[in-house]
Amino acid sequence: MMLSRTLAWMLLAVPLAVAASESIKLDRLPADVSARDPVSLQRGAQVYVNYCLGCHSAAYMRYNRLQDLGLTEQQIRDNLIFTGAKVGELMKIAMDPRDSKEWFGTPPPDLTVIARSRSSSAGSGADWLYSYLRGFYRDFSRPTGWNNTVYPNVGMPHVLWQLQGEQVLATEVQSIARGTKGEVEKHEMQKLALGKPGSMKPAEYDRMVGDLVNFLVYVGEPSRQSRVELGIYVLLFLGVLLVFAYLLKKEYWKDVH
Amino acid sequence: MAVAEKQPVTGAGPFNGVLTWVDQRFPLVSLWRDHLAEYYAPKNFNFWYYFGSLAMLVLVLQIVTGIFLTMHYKPDAAQAFASVEYIMRDVPGGWLIRYLHSTGASAFFIVIYLHMFRGLLYGSYRKPRELIWIFGMLIYLGLMAEAFCGYLLPWGQMSFWGAQVIVNLFDAIPLVGPDLSLWIRGDYVVSDATLNRFFSFHVIAVPLLLLGLVAAHIMALHEVGSNNPDGVEIKKVKDARTGHPVDGIPFHPYYTVKDTLGVVVFLIVFSVIMFFMPEFGGYFLEYNNFIPADPLKTPAHIAPVWYFTPYYSILRAVTEDFMWVLAAALIAYSALVILAVRNPVVRVAIAVTGAVLLAGFFTFDPKVWGVVLMGAATLVFFLLPWLDQSPVKSIRYKGPLVKVALALFVIAFLVLGYLGTLSVTEGRTIAAQVCTLIYFAFFLLMPWYTRLDRTRPEPERVTG
Amino acid sequence: MADNELDHGKRRFLVAATGVAGGLASAAAAVPFVASMLPSERAKAAGAPVEADIGNLAPGEMTRVEWRGKPVWIVRRTRDMLETVKQNEGKVADPRSERKKELTPEYARNQFRSIKPEYLVVVGICTHLGCSPVDKFKAQAEAFESDWKGGFYCPCHGSLFDLAGRVYKNKPAPDNLEVPPHKFLSDSRIVIGEDTQGA
Repeated sequence: MMLSRTLAWMLLAVPLAVAASESIKLDRLPADVSARDPVSLQRGAQVYVNYCLGCHSAAYMRYNRLQDLGLTEQQIRDNLIFTGAKVGELMKIAMDPRDSKEWFGTPPPDLTVIARSRSSSAGSGADWLYSYLRGFYRDFSRPTGWNNTVYPNVGMPHVLWQLQGEQVLATEVQSIARGTKGEVEKHEMQKLALGKPGSMKPAEYDRMVGDLVNFLVYVGEPSRQSRVELGIYVLLFLGVLLVFAYLLKKEYWKDVH
Repeated sequence: MAVAEKQPVTGAGPFNGVLTWVDQRFPLVSLWRDHLAEYYAPKNFNFWYYFGSLAMLVLVLQIVTGIFLTMHYKPDAAQAFASVEYIMRDVPGGWLIRYLHSTGASAFFIVIYLHMFRGLLYGSYRKPRELIWIFGMLIYLGLMAEAFCGYLLPWGQMSFWGAQVIVNLFDAIPLVGPDLSLWIRGDYVVSDATLNRFFSFHVIAVPLLLLGLVAAHIMALHEVGSNNPDGVEIKKVKDARTGHPVDGIPFHPYYTVKDTLGVVVFLIVFSVIMFFMPEFGGYFLEYNNFIPADPLKTPAHIAPVWYFTPYYSILRAVTEDFMWVLAAALIAYSALVILAVRNPVVRVAIAVTGAVLLAGFFTFDPKVWGVVLMGAATLVFFLLPWLDQSPVKSIRYKGPLVKVALALFVIAFLVLGYLGTLSVTEGRTIAAQVCTLIYFAFFLLMPWYTRLDRTRPEPERVTG
Repeated sequence: MADNELDHGKRRFLVAATGVAGGLASAAAAVPFVASMLPSERAKAAGAPVEADIGNLAPGEMTRVEWRGKPVWIVRRTRDMLETVKQNEGKVADPRSERKKELTPEYARNQFRSIKPEYLVVVGICTHLGCSPVDKFKAQAEAFESDWKGGFYCPCHGSLFDLAGRVYKNKPAPDNLEVPPHKFLSDSRIVIGEDTQGA
């Protein structure tokens, strides 16, 4: 019995040591982008409303929920609502999906839970979005004139191009010395390079994208913070209950020999 | 008649009067005695014995959270996905109830698999407990139906395509297949009609069934009494004075108190997952399911939820090439069985059945046999009480053959489960095929290896 | 090795302690379930205050808005209409709206039951059983009242309300028409559902 048990537990370790995933390599969302930073989240909200909400609804999110970010209803009305919607309404858009399908090939998806849906073995949804929004490059073979390293042949144009500038995909040849006789192995790698600068410096742009992604992660699960906090209290309480339950069991089981 | 003969209730303090009144009209006292205060359970229950009561706890949890979710969920293809996000955001405490339900669903299967494993370890399915095992297996099937129907409800990409693929499996059944699928779906593809009826199954039909089966399961258990890690029948040795099994202790207070501890530990583990990682790496809440169902766009990689993956692996393992392996196995097994039985009529019957099956292997599409094998993989569990012919019940007294067989089975089951989450490659298919053979061999060869096994004698009394 | 003496005291304490802790846990666990039945954000948003434009309302005319699923009437009363209100003191059951304080906010507990005498704002639901009364502003003899000065008539069971929404004596309806919380944003805009008292 011990043998089978040990084998079973060992086997569970196998998945952890598993072969590499066949997916793309993603950049990680910088560690200093904090989900608890209201300034970052507010900035992200601003970027979203100004650049994204024209095409991408966040139709499960109410404007007044953004009070979570430390804003008042009036601030939300003044800075984040351009459509005349009431502050208690959902972040919907006016664009008809039938029109957008015609214009873009596929209607721009709703982004409320995009950060949750893009998680994979390659990285979290936040990593995906962070890489995606920084992965656009000029490609005149595409109808929009843009392509993306993370989402090849995407139908979305590079909405933030004026801020980031124009990236191009360059083929870089890396020569690696192999063996002892001076053989050289050539690796062809596709790399993004900034062709034309935008109004923001790369670090600034990355920071902004980080804030936008931070905001999208928040929108994906606004109750995340409460969830984690409540969890801590619940576990502390269960710890106390555990002590009593254990002592109670031990006391009664003194009877049993 | 009974009113005059029953003793009044004592020992309940101020409630004696009320309880006596009730007891004269309802078997309150006898139920209490038979199932709690004087239900004598073996005193040597170990870790593996927590999972029955935990399963009941999770059942209650799922029903209660389900009731509250149903207050807000909309079983309409156009509104379902949005209604789940509504629950997560706009309903006070809705996110908590949703996570309880999603974590609870996976917890249910973990608990049930461990509960079933206990049965395998200690021979809890052996006579006279075969019916408990059968009810239990029916509960397991019911649970799978419940989970399958429930998973369609969020109407995400995984919900939709998982249901589409599995219902399409019924197409493979010869003659009636496509009509059957049409009838199940209520439409030509999984649609609003399917969603509505799956909602009905999930919310009322299957839960009622499950409650009835659980009641039957416990009643059957209490009729014969519990097994224990030594596989020894405690009723064989009774105290001369009290008439109670000497190795037994009353369920209440000893196991009520012990199960309370078990519940608290379970809740701690459950809470860690629910509060800090409810998605559990995409296994408990799949990432793809955060995309609304799109009948026109199939996801790159469809997999059922983790608790179905072993069976999914078996389904996918049955390829054209594998049919040859199965044919060889069928011939070998039929020969084995024919040699084992004496009755010439039975021998002929087996030969004929084998021949018919063999013909079928090469007439019908391997897809059909994949479905058959997948179904057989769940149904073969039912046969355990009759397949296990060991003179002893518990693994503690069984020999190396059985221990190795069980170990291989567990490994095969886990590997199949893991492979089911991955996409198909040649290597993985072969691995799944090997594990499928091990899986079925565990059951089908059991009458032989349990008899050949070198067992130790079971003790008279429990050893703890 | 164990003590053979049953320590009843200890057992009672541990049962009590575990019981209390477990009870607290259950009570705490019940909170989100009970809370989930409270109005959701969607219900609250749907019940949010409604703005009404009264700039184009002519004297003697009425406009209707919907607030929390209920009809709210705004009547621009003429001088004559306000006169009839004064004359109806004897005919109405609760002239000073004293019966149910919650139906008439403080700022409407006056002669004309309004913030500005010119504008009557009331919920158009009869306080009897919930039908919506019909407006009968013309001062003329009616089947239900020969000396009718103008107001509202409920067709379901015959209750009558004057032009300040006050219920007539001896009618099935027990109370005056509810005045909802409201305030003037400007001369031409009213918001229903919000007032200066923080409704």
